Amino acid sequence: MWHVAVEDWPLGYGLMRRLIQLLKTFTLWELLKGLQLTLRAFFRRKVTVQYPEEKTPQSARFRGLHALRRYPNGEERCIACKLCEAVCPALAITIESEARDDGTRRTTRYDIDLFKCVYCGFCEEACPVDAVVETRIFEYHMEEHGESIMTKEKLLAVGDKHEATIAADKAEDAKYR
Amino acid sequence: MTDKRINLEVNGEALEASPGQMLIEVTDKANIYIPRFCYHDKLSIAANCRMCLVEVEGANKPVPACATPVAPDMKVHTRSPYAIAAQKATMEFLLINHPLDCPICDQGGECELQDLAMGYGRDVSRFSEGKRSVKDENLGPLVSTDMTRCIHCTRCVRFGEEIAGIQELGTMGRGEHMRISTYVAKTVDHELSGNIIDLCPVGALNNKPYRFAARAWEMEQRESIAPHDCVGSNIYAHVLRGVVKRVVPRPNEAVNETWLSDRDRFSYEGIYSEDRLKVPMVKENGVWQERSWEDALEHVALKLRQSGSDIGALVSPSSTCEEAWIINRLFEHAGSADLDSRLRRTDFHDQNNDPVYPSLGIPIAELEQQQGVLLVGSDLRREAPILAHRLRKAALKGCSVGVLNAVDHPYLFTVADTHIVEPDEWCATLAGLVVAAGGELPPALASMSNVSSSGSVDYLKHAPSLILLGQMAQRHPAFGTLRYLAAVLAQLTGATLGYVTDGANTAGVSLAGVLPHRSAGGKPRPEVGHNVLSMRPKTLLLVNVESVTDLSDQIDRNAIRQAAETVVAFTPYAPDTLLDDADVLLPIGTWAETSGTFVNVAGLWQSFTGVSNPVGAARPAWKVLRVLANLLKVPDSDYESSAAVLAEMRGHCESALMNNMPEFVAPESSLAERSTEISELEVSLYQGDNIVRRATALQKTQQASHERPAALVSSSTVEALNGG
Repeated sequence: MWHVAVEDWPLGYGLMRRLIQLLKTFTLWELLKGLQLTLRAFFRRKVTVQYPEEKTPQSARFRGLHALRRYPNGEERCIACKLCEAVCPALAITIESEARDDGTRRTTRYDIDLFKCVYCGFCEEACPVDAVVETRIFEYHMEEHGESIMTKEKLLAVGDKHEATIAADKAEDAKYR
Repeated sequence: MTDKRINLEVNGEALEASPGQMLIEVTDKANIYIPRFCYHDKLSIAANCRMCLVEVEGANKPVPACATPVAPDMKVHTRSPYAIAAQKATMEFLLINHPLDCPICDQGGECELQDLAMGYGRDVSRFSEGKRSVKDENLGPLVSTDMTRCIHCTRCVRFGEEIAGIQELGTMGRGEHMRISTYVAKTVDHELSGNIIDLCPVGALNNKPYRFAARAWEMEQRESIAPHDCVGSNIYAHVLRGVVKRVVPRPNEAVNETWLSDRDRFSYEGIYSEDRLKVPMVKENGVWQERSWEDALEHVALKLRQSGSDIGALVSPSSTCEEAWIINRLFEHAGSADLDSRLRRTDFHDQNNDPVYPSLGIPIAELEQQQGVLLVGSDLRREAPILAHRLRKAALKGCSVGVLNAVDHPYLFTVADTHIVEPDEWCATLAGLVVAAGGELPPALASMSNVSSSGSVDYLKHAPSLILLGQMAQRHPAFGTLRYLAAVLAQLTGATLGYVTDGANTAGVSLAGVLPHRSAGGKPRPEVGHNVLSMRPKTLLLVNVESVTDLSDQIDRNAIRQAAETVVAFTPYAPDTLLDDADVLLPIGTWAETSGTFVNVAGLWQSFTGVSNPVGAARPAWKVLRVLANLLKVPDSDYESSAAVLAEMRGHCESALMNNMPEFVAPESSLAERSTEISELEVSLYQGDNIVRRATALQKTQQASHERPAALVSSSTVEALNGG
């Protein structure tokens, strides 16, 4: 706009503009405009969660720490079909299997490397017997090297502890499957 | 008729075929896939699965491609809506009774039914009635069964009838009640019965030792060569994380077709036996000490240097060519000829007549075309099951087979000429056959008391014919006489003389020069060394030999042990016998952990690479021997690969001819110096080498028992006899 000569401006334009500018400067107009947003936020409902005292609500499909489930009679569900191992995009699952003494197909090793896992939930989707699940647990940490490997025992322990929640979540999701 | 060609059209593509060919053979050749379950190109046509239904123009219903002969100007549609509807309907019927247990089924991932269900199956079954379930059969320690999964393709039944020769499995009942069974409860015992695992298109018959061990998709498939008989069957080892999980056949029409003997299929279990030697060990003052490789090899090199030329070696005929070659170099450098690989042989007087390049005399596949075959002292089904299968095929085509043996083993075909006599009578019987063929016996043999000229060997006069000297004949104390007579008979009848050799690599090991009288490529040694019976070296090397089980009874082990100051065993295992006998144990890899080459009985050089991770600190034997050669300053022994060793060896073997018929000289004495028992000559099917002996599943089979009973009597009869 500067290349247009001042003589060519509409009559009174420059004057009017300067006047408004002056007024805004002296009334702190821009500051008030900003504070207006602050004021509005002051009365709006708050969304900040005071973690860890408060927690966000979770979906029944939340994909957190893994678990291996059992049947109500205490028998482990996993049949070592290795579909989860095959589908895992991060190659986080390692399974070894054999025939147990009673002739059933069982795992002798079921490791999930939590550092490799991308929590996509494909293992849960692939499982034909709902054995491996991703629970609502997301607060866990490791202190020692190698603790990131969830062994079969650890996974079953997680499953045993949270079976009620897992079963309820599965039941809730069942109608969409 | 065969030169007439038929033109037909499949899916709009013009194809040519010979009259009498089935449609599915023509389409398979043209790479047009038709789904199938019961059809198998090595088996007869059953046409009972109906999966290969196709549309033929002019036919008023879909026809099975496997059982429809081609006709001129036939127009076939394999992918038309009509054909696909028929195939889908068949699939729906097959899936009615098939259980949905793919996740726990070992066939899952390599299942023909699973694959085809992806293309032809419905998402949701319309069948709401009860499914059939069938009680499982106990087929022994090798084959697991889940008979509910069976879709009645009858491939296993046809295999038993047509390939194995014993109908071990059959169908019982009809329709809904049809099931595959062994009639009376018994196990499948045939030495090829493991093949029904491969044939079964579903998971009804599966590999028992491999049960639930791995999944088809996670294993790596690596090529190798089976190390347990002279056939050298081509195999794939399926390996998961460096561990062999199972072995399956690799089709090779010239060697094993698509079959594999149980011995080659299940022996891999022996690799992971509990008595695997994991670190080098040296015995000091009677106590075994673990040593590093460097220390142990320095120790061995020192002992060898101290012994100078007073060293000896016993080398397994299942060693690779590379191992044998470096041993030969080592011994030539040391100036010793006391090395032998003929561990179970006892008659060496005419060893100069041994072929340089021992072989069957013909390619393996040509065994099928023989018109007459005489088996001399050979239990072919145990010595080389694949050769026995080829011979059976020949016999079914009209080949007359004669047998000279001490036990009338079942051959599963009609034997035309049977001579069942004690081993001591074999020479006389064979001499009788020579006389019957119009030959004359040399003076030394003419005096044999019991030569009977009865019998006829006319069937050997129809070319092509073959006289096979089996492993039992080669272990016979009068092997020289037997061979001379067999050679005379071969000359008289025009038959080829062949050997069924011991171990996986007799030809390769003898070409490499692991013999006291011959060096590399069959060159005669200037000074003949001591053979396995007579050697008494100061330092003895045992390569893949377990002192007791791999040697003939005639060897004076105590004398060898007393003469030897140091016994060095290159062995994958540390059994008690070796812990007692040896002074140094060096862990070497089995066939799965080493690269190498076997020369099979037809003269085929088959190289293979290691397929699995070594167990413990075990190293390939050729590398261990190479380092030893380096330490002993054997010139030019810096081989960088087994291929370099092989190349050097082959350079020395180019002039070696496959000639089993040198100028035989008549023996001067008639009979063996000692009499022999059949038990001395026979080696049980699953006792042949150190790996097989440790294969747990094979050892549980009926065949594994050391002694095969001559007669079977029920326990109640025995009680009655004892009581009376």
